[in-house]
Amino acid sequence: MKSGKIFLDRRIALAAVGVAALGLVGLTGSPAVAVDMSGKRIDWIIPFKEGGGSDTWARFYAPQIAGNLPGGPAIAVKNIPGGGSTKGANQFQSRAKPDGTTILGTSGSTQFPYLLGDRRVRYEYKDWRVVLATPTGGVVYVNPDLGVSSAADVTKLKEVDLRYGSQGATSLDLVPLLAFEQLGLNVKAVFGMKGRGAGRLAFERGETNIDYQTSSAYLKKVTPLVDSGKAVPIMSWGALDDRGNLVRDPTFPDLPHFVEVYEMVHGKKPSGEWFEAWKAFFIAGFAAQKMIFLPKDTPDDVLQAWRDAAAKTIEAPGFKEESQSVLGTYPQKVGPDAEQLLDTAIDVDPNAKEWVRTWLTETYNVKF
Amino acid sequence: MLDSALIALGNIASGVHLLYLIGGVFLGLAVGIFPGLGGIVGLSLLLPFLYGMDPTSALAMLIGLVVVIPTSDTFTSVLMGIPGSSASQATVLDGFPLAKKGEAARALGAAFSASLFGGLLGALILTVFVLVARPVILLFGSAELFMLTVLGLSMVGVMAGSSIVKGLAACGIGLLLGGVGGAPATGEYRMIFDLDYLTDGVPLVVVGLGIFAIPEIVDLLRQNRSIAGGATLGKGWLDGLRDTIRHKWLCVRCAGIGSMVGALPGLGGSVVDWIAYGHVVQTAKDKSQFGKGDIRGVLAPESANNAKEGGGLIPTLLFGVPGSGSMAVFLGGMVLIGLEPGPSMVEDNLDITYTIIWSLALANVIGAGTCLLISKQVAMLTTIRYPLMAPFMIMVICFGAFQATRDLGDLVALFAIGLLGILMKRFGWPRPALLIGFVLSGQMETYLYQALQFYEWNFLTRPGVIVIGLLTLGSILLGAIYGHRGADDEQARRATDRRPQVLFAGFLLVLFAYGLYDAFQQSYLGGVYTGAVSVVMLLLGSWVLYDLTVGPASAAVNHDEELGGEAGGGDRPVGLGHYIYWLAGFLAAIFVIGYLLALTAFFLVFLKVKAGVSWLKAGLLTACGIGFLVFLAHIMVLDFPRGWLQEAIGLPWPIG
Repeated sequence: MKSGKIFLDRRIALAAVGVAALGLVGLTGSPAVAVDMSGKRIDWIIPFKEGGGSDTWARFYAPQIAGNLPGGPAIAVKNIPGGGSTKGANQFQSRAKPDGTTILGTSGSTQFPYLLGDRRVRYEYKDWRVVLATPTGGVVYVNPDLGVSSAADVTKLKEVDLRYGSQGATSLDLVPLLAFEQLGLNVKAVFGMKGRGAGRLAFERGETNIDYQTSSAYLKKVTPLVDSGKAVPIMSWGALDDRGNLVRDPTFPDLPHFVEVYEMVHGKKPSGEWFEAWKAFFIAGFAAQKMIFLPKDTPDDVLQAWRDAAAKTIEAPGFKEESQSVLGTYPQKVGPDAEQLLDTAIDVDPNAKEWVRTWLTETYNVKF
Repeated sequence: MLDSALIALGNIASGVHLLYLIGGVFLGLAVGIFPGLGGIVGLSLLLPFLYGMDPTSALAMLIGLVVVIPTSDTFTSVLMGIPGSSASQATVLDGFPLAKKGEAARALGAAFSASLFGGLLGALILTVFVLVARPVILLFGSAELFMLTVLGLSMVGVMAGSSIVKGLAACGIGLLLGGVGGAPATGEYRMIFDLDYLTDGVPLVVVGLGIFAIPEIVDLLRQNRSIAGGATLGKGWLDGLRDTIRHKWLCVRCAGIGSMVGALPGLGGSVVDWIAYGHVVQTAKDKSQFGKGDIRGVLAPESANNAKEGGGLIPTLLFGVPGSGSMAVFLGGMVLIGLEPGPSMVEDNLDITYTIIWSLALANVIGAGTCLLISKQVAMLTTIRYPLMAPFMIMVICFGAFQATRDLGDLVALFAIGLLGILMKRFGWPRPALLIGFVLSGQMETYLYQALQFYEWNFLTRPGVIVIGLLTLGSILLGAIYGHRGADDEQARRATDRRPQVLFAGFLLVLFAYGLYDAFQQSYLGGVYTGAVSVVMLLLGSWVLYDLTVGPASAAVNHDEELGGEAGGGDRPVGLGHYIYWLAGFLAAIFVIGYLLALTAFFLVFLKVKAGVSWLKAGLLTACGIGFLVFLAHIMVLDFPRGWLQEAIGLPWPIG
């Protein structure tokens, strides 16, 4: 756990770096030498095994961004799994040179341990420079036998025993578990699921009766269940608008988002440390789930070259259709937009962080 | 359905599809032949090229590659006693003794024809099963899956050899080892000794290679001759083919077991070969030759493990839930080429599903056929003087182990478990029992905990649980009725000086005591499983120790290959420690100068000193080995483990 003091120091240091950078730009005007990466091989570190969601995401993006970088270098995906994705991120932090030839792709699973102060984390998100962020959303659904047909009936759920198949309290499941608790639902989390897919299987078997899936998995694998009357969608987690407010998820405009449902239940807006924390983890886990980073001290012109390449990639004609099966339907965020998302995700009030840690320890026996 | 079948047939018959399929098969054969490199490595070689490829061709390559891995990994299992991948671990038990008897060609012929047969039959079963699989798979909840792990564990009985207590205790070591890392119920870290590496648990590849490969390499080195000795390769693969035909019903049963167990998500493919092996031993009337070169011990796992790959496709395609590591990569590949698994795979996309299943059958024919053709040539490897081959084997298994998490810790764990394996082999503790315990440990704990959460103890009354429970009882009884495996040559290994054995048993007791101590440091749910295992194992271990110290010299637990009778050291010029020091030196060198430099030095010195070749020849062989490794690492985009040197000064890839 970082103390508040270090936290402040970092912000001051960051501000100082920012001022210095501004000064430099002011002095030199625009960068004198254009960035050229021709003939280079770029290592894209993915701190997960081959074949998972993050790996597929990177392998989808790699050839396209490579083609848009100056000089058209080759991008090779380098899997460094282990330690719940902390190992690859640690290696990136300690070894990557700031010349734009090593990038890191992170996921919510990389950011959660960072926010929670996991002992294995030796990386600092604030050091890195973000290139692109890929958002996603999530939808909560329940078993129709519970007699619920929409979020309006959510108070009915308070009376029944709910079971939820989870990967672990410190995984992305932190977001649903905290949400369920704050809605006053009586949810028993059963851990040890090998992934969200295994959780969905347990739901289909009737072993659990409440579950959530990220947007693309929901669309492809739960919609058929909804159509055949085996699942009822209740709410989405929502999405962030340009000003960082939680709004309805554009992919599921008919579903209320979590804050709406909270207001239905409690008659007031959510507030307090728990909500600060929930929002931060929601952004880290969903609204900015996967991000591309350049290492500390990367020069501005290199960063700009990367951001331009990413922007060109997502603006290319046909990208939206082509990317749907891998990225879902959410607009990709590049440059300042991504930076703003990142800031809200990591600038978490230390009290809110402490609140989550205490909550995890008291409710789920998590040791830090 | 008929439409889909016709479209699928058209797809498969097209030349382009076939060409890519063959390409995938050959890549799979090339990768699978190296122990420790399996489907995951092969698929990751392929992944960078998938995006942008025509979907049908890409799919053909993916399938060709996945399917043949459990075929070609048989080579090292049979020829060198090194499990090529987790699918061929059980093949080692009888395949390798056959090779040592000079019947390598026959064993390979039997293995490949059984693979071919199992693969084809598996595809046939799948063609029908895929249509009804969804509800069937949903019948298997946490309770049923838990019972299946119990069924798997009951196979320990037939692996135990002469002393059932030792067998159970060995299984206990595996169970405890499987408990290392995050607890499924709470995520608490158990027995990690404050090492980040252990938080994810010990990888299966490392355990498999450590427990089988290292002891075998050390033993072969000590004998200082070729694997086949003076013996010839035998009359060739036709005999093996005849074996398969003679035992066709065994192959049918095992292929059935393979495709069904493989199809259950959550159990995974790594137990299929053990269940098949257990099945054949339990149902055989004459058990005397198992473990010494019974051809049925090769046929059973090999006919099951190819059928398993097809079975593993079912949950991957229908639910998007991969049953194994290689299926996870396969799934990623499918998404990249724009195919989304889900219920539509048996509805609108049934033609794709059939294309996949039948490509699988075709890939099996091509893969097994090729292996049969080259088996005679590959079997010649067993006539090479082993010291010449050993550095290559050590290089490959280190690389395979290192693939597990790409951490220096993989190599340390490989060495530590290798040492355990060497001692277990010496003192007659059945290593397969450890491996079964290890493979099933995590799943057993998870599913038991989940079943209790979902159903409480009522889970025992679920129909599926009762059926599997009866099956388990039946299989144990069957094994008991037909009697235990013969222990005729055991007498030769009884030692009069039992101190080394006592020391080893005492060491294991300390391990279990530590497991118990560690369990008490955790919360109830986090520690109850490892604690319970430790308590039972402390009792069994004490029993072994009692028999060893107080019991008569003729007790079944008494077993020492070094000191026992004339079976020991006679044909082994150097002591057991000799090559352990060599390996330890290699490991220490890695810590100082990094993997690649250490390996280069090891190669040169070993070939010069141990194989007695000239410096020039040693240099050439080293260059071949290292060159190959660097080439692989380059395509796979990976860095070698770094030592103190690399941390101190920056060095260029690959040595840095």
